[in-house]
Amino acid sequence: MHELSLSSAILNTALKHADGRRVSVVSLRVGQLRQVVPETLEFYFEIVARETLCEGARLEQEILEARLRCEPCDAEWTIEIPAFRCPNCGGGDVVVATGNEFVVESIEVEEAACIAPG
Amino acid sequence: MHRTRVRVVEEALDANNTIAAANRADFDRAGVTVVNFMSAPGAGKTTLLERVLGDMPGVRVAVLEGDVQGSLDAERLASLHVPVTQINTDPCFGGECHLDANMVRSALPDVPLDEIDLLVVENVGNLVCPAEFRIGEDARVMVCSVTEGEDKPLKYPLMFRACELVVINKVDLLPHLEFDLERLLYNIDQVNPDAERITVSARTGEGIEAWRDWLTAIATRRAALA
Repeated sequence: MHELSLSSAILNTALKHADGRRVSVVSLRVGQLRQVVPETLEFYFEIVARETLCEGARLEQEILEARLRCEPCDAEWTIEIPAFRCPNCGGGDVVVATGNEFVVESIEVEEAACIAPG
Repeated sequence: MHRTRVRVVEEALDANNTIAAANRADFDRAGVTVVNFMSAPGAGKTTLLERVLGDMPGVRVAVLEGDVQGSLDAERLASLHVPVTQINTDPCFGGECHLDANMVRSALPDVPLDEIDLLVVENVGNLVCPAEFRIGEDARVMVCSVTEGEDKPLKYPLMFRACELVVINKVDLLPHLEFDLERLLYNIDQVNPDAERITVSARTGEGIEAWRDWLTAIATRRAALA
């Protein structure tokens, strides 16, 4: 359900960088730990983008796996379930190397510079 | 017509975080500690506040009450004689399921920041969205009640990882439930090894002293630093 709020945040970021141009693609990097359902995000984005320069824009999502690193023992591993203790030393001093991203990476805009309107 | 790729590389929630930082600056200026208080609907947030806010010697408290609709919780808390400010996220049905930094910011003119030490922001009941939106708080606290199931940390890791304290409520019901408290604690430990845990019953008062002490300590932590 948070996909609706997240869609609005994506839309606003894309529009800010579109600078008045029509947007055809919005590319995202989404970490697995963000608990985003890609299809749901697409569904809401299509709705919030209506009647804006992003209307009809395609949402590209690159999903990044959840990769953790143990600070004391330097072990690195990926997780499928949310377990954040180090499997090597059992410690809890673990940092998320990838998996927390929620980044608008780029947008593709339409330039109509050399074409007369009509 | 041709298409151009524009590099953005921007956190989609940056706009929220910028406003959260502005809130933070206001809280710092006033010397107010802010707790973002979250849970699923019905876990007992308001009752846990009712239990302690009227009785925190030396700590001047106010509450910012977030609800989709109505002011039922605010009315309950007002009887404790603490200032309560209501935010409704729903202008005409279909309101937001969480508070974000901007909603909090727009309510701040009604909060007597200069007269308080601790502001508790009672978020909208929801285990997903509130975890995404920082509001400029010092600490995030969640309530998890034993009627919700031991697996909740594994199902809502975003929320459980966001919090520095998990208050486990309704433990007076344990004899009537097939609920494995050890399993819940184990799952919290898997998801957020650093989280503190307090086990309480808002109904019987068990553990309430520890909850009050935690809130008092965090409210005075800032005063000690100043």
